[in-house]
Amino acid sequence: MNKAKKLLYSQKIAPYVFVLPFILSLLIFWLYPLVTGITMSFQDVTFGGKAWIGTAHYAKLAGDKFFKIAVLNSVEYMALTLLLMVPIPMLLAVLMESRLTKARGVWKVIMYVPALTSVVISGLLFRLMFSEGVNGQMNVIMAAFGKPAQAWLKSKGTGWCALLLLCVWRWTGVNMLYYVAGLKAIDTSLYESGDIDGANGWQKFRYITIPLLKPTTVYVITISVFAGLSMFLESFMIWNGNSSPKNIGLTIVGYLYKRGIEKNDMGYACAVGVILMVIALAINFAQLLATGTFSLKKKKGE
Amino acid sequence: MKKKWLTMLLAASMVASMGTSVAFAEEETEGPSAVTTVGPDEGTHFELWSFVDLHNNFYANMVNEWNEANPDKQVQITFSTYPYGEMHNKLMMSLQAGSGAPDICDIEIGQFPNYIGDDCPLYPLTDAMAPYADTMVEARMNVYSKADGTRIGVPTHVGAFVMYWNAAIFEEYGLDYKSVKTWDDYTALGEQLKEASNGEVFLTSVDTGGVDWMSLAMAEYGEDWTGGPDGEPNVQLDSVQKMLTMQQEWLNNGIAMISTDGHTDTDGCRATILDGKIASFPKAMWYMSRFKDYMPDEAGKWDITTCPVFEDGQKCSFGAGGTGTVVTNQCENPELAAEWLTWAKCSEAGQRHIWNDLGFDVCNTAFWSDEEFAYDESNIYNTYFRVKPYEVLNQLAEADAIGTVYTTTISPTINDYMCTTALNEILEDGRDVAEVLQEAQDVVDMEM
Repeated sequence: MNKAKKLLYSQKIAPYVFVLPFILSLLIFWLYPLVTGITMSFQDVTFGGKAWIGTAHYAKLAGDKFFKIAVLNSVEYMALTLLLMVPIPMLLAVLMESRLTKARGVWKVIMYVPALTSVVISGLLFRLMFSEGVNGQMNVIMAAFGKPAQAWLKSKGTGWCALLLLCVWRWTGVNMLYYVAGLKAIDTSLYESGDIDGANGWQKFRYITIPLLKPTTVYVITISVFAGLSMFLESFMIWNGNSSPKNIGLTIVGYLYKRGIEKNDMGYACAVGVILMVIALAINFAQLLATGTFSLKKKKGE
Repeated sequence: MKKKWLTMLLAASMVASMGTSVAFAEEETEGPSAVTTVGPDEGTHFELWSFVDLHNNFYANMVNEWNEANPDKQVQITFSTYPYGEMHNKLMMSLQAGSGAPDICDIEIGQFPNYIGDDCPLYPLTDAMAPYADTMVEARMNVYSKADGTRIGVPTHVGAFVMYWNAAIFEEYGLDYKSVKTWDDYTALGEQLKEASNGEVFLTSVDTGGVDWMSLAMAEYGEDWTGGPDGEPNVQLDSVQKMLTMQQEWLNNGIAMISTDGHTDTDGCRATILDGKIASFPKAMWYMSRFKDYMPDEAGKWDITTCPVFEDGQKCSFGAGGTGTVVTNQCENPELAAEWLTWAKCSEAGQRHIWNDLGFDVCNTAFWSDEEFAYDESNIYNTYFRVKPYEVLNQLAEADAIGTVYTTTISPTINDYMCTTALNEILEDGRDVAEVLQEAQDVVDMEM
């Protein structure tokens, strides 16, 4: 009894009890699927069971030209979204926090509302807007300028316009809020001292705002890298399914879905997923190293 | 002491909150949009999944009628309707995992190849279908069979491929579409229409996002790019080349346009049809329901005939699309499930509901020529079109003109490559047909 009581009030055990929920959910919902996914990528998965086939899936992947298209598309999408989704929200956030802007709350809400819509609905709307029919919104606009109707979603340039526009429309508000939070954390006395030293608006932005927003930028880039690489639903909705003309909308996750679900080859799909994980980890790791996130922690630890 | 209790309480609440968070996570996954149970509690219980709400309404009717007719074999069925993708995913996962699958399930034909391999997780239905097999359309039973001929799915409809004509347009320009028998006639009619309408109206629209035209060509020549249940896949077929070359010529000569949004069963293309931009198009019988649902004002304008052929005497139709209903190997009472299912979908009572409630061309030919069954004016399709649909079906039946185009494990690969790449390159970019088909064949060979 005494022993049990001791155990219950032990200062050594208590912390573990408190982190238990997180550890359990990590094990059940993260580690278990991860390990099973990696093992399944070496197996042929059928209704009958699983059979080991070694690295056959990876060998096939190496020569799979659709997988290459998918990887290139995903990386390109990630790169383009980074180019759009870091500077635009940052500038908007600065605008939102500027004293010169009127009705800031209203703008913030308007910017944020698209993030609350479902991708399915917004993707559907963008598909209808960019329809190649003469009644599609974009083609009506083209007609107003006396230009012929376009088959927007059939070529990569115009199709990706729709895809990126959807991304910007949906996520600008979210990233902007991260930056607004980041801006609020910057001490106003820094700007005051800048004023005293005679810095103009651009200099204050360049030498105070941007450097001090770095933690936010690192965070935004990290999640954008992963969101960009794992994009699937947007493309799925815009092209009304997983098949886009000449595979311009095929992404890594789209290919995983195609193999695992549409073609019932879970083993191969898992191999695709493992490669996706490796790519995402490599990019994120490199980026975190480059931005000095790791070294920062070390310094603090010392 | 109080503090200690507080700590314990906190710890306990955290553990409990973990439990609820798991429960919430489960609740948040998208559930079925509708769950209903029909039939008496003492009846044998089955689970049935579908991705179409109307199908489940139909099955529910059939449960009630079955229980009235078979007091000794009562059934009770719980129906769940899931979105298309989600239902097929869940079904596949549960069959792979070995538990959690329904007893009876609808499977869309495009998904069916996943289940026809040697490790097929479905209950064989050959015996249960035997009483109806003589009068059922053979081609439709074959597509839901394993390579060895074991039937594993019960068809819903024929989906006979036919030609839809906007008769009002042809009348306006004084052109006769009824005498069209071959594709040459069809092309000639297109030239006339182009001239009469000043190029405003196209004869038809060709698909870059669907392979129906190719299937029609294959059915006409009796070819099959999947190679059938035990052949080698080959997309470089004469029939396919002929069809694509002809379509390229149509596009070059301004007779045809490319289907808006890829194929005729899209919002974009329905708008094109409503605008009167295309005067005819081939599609399965089930497209009638699209007319009824999306284009009610077009009633009386449209006619249906059999499709043109390349050479006289060829078959001119095939069964397009469809849903096969299966009994899974996780069913505890598969004999009864199979008996009920085949009765529901193949018997006279079932066929009546399929035609009148769902508006499909039924698979049991025994009723096609039944005046009272097929030509009753209370069925909207008998008054919407300028012809009674079953008249066209009976023409097809008399000439034995419905061919089989198989859906096999290679079908998803072929269809995917055709719809994403090959058809776009040939029809949009005007690339050489033979060249593109060679590239398609390379892709198919890599998958084999």
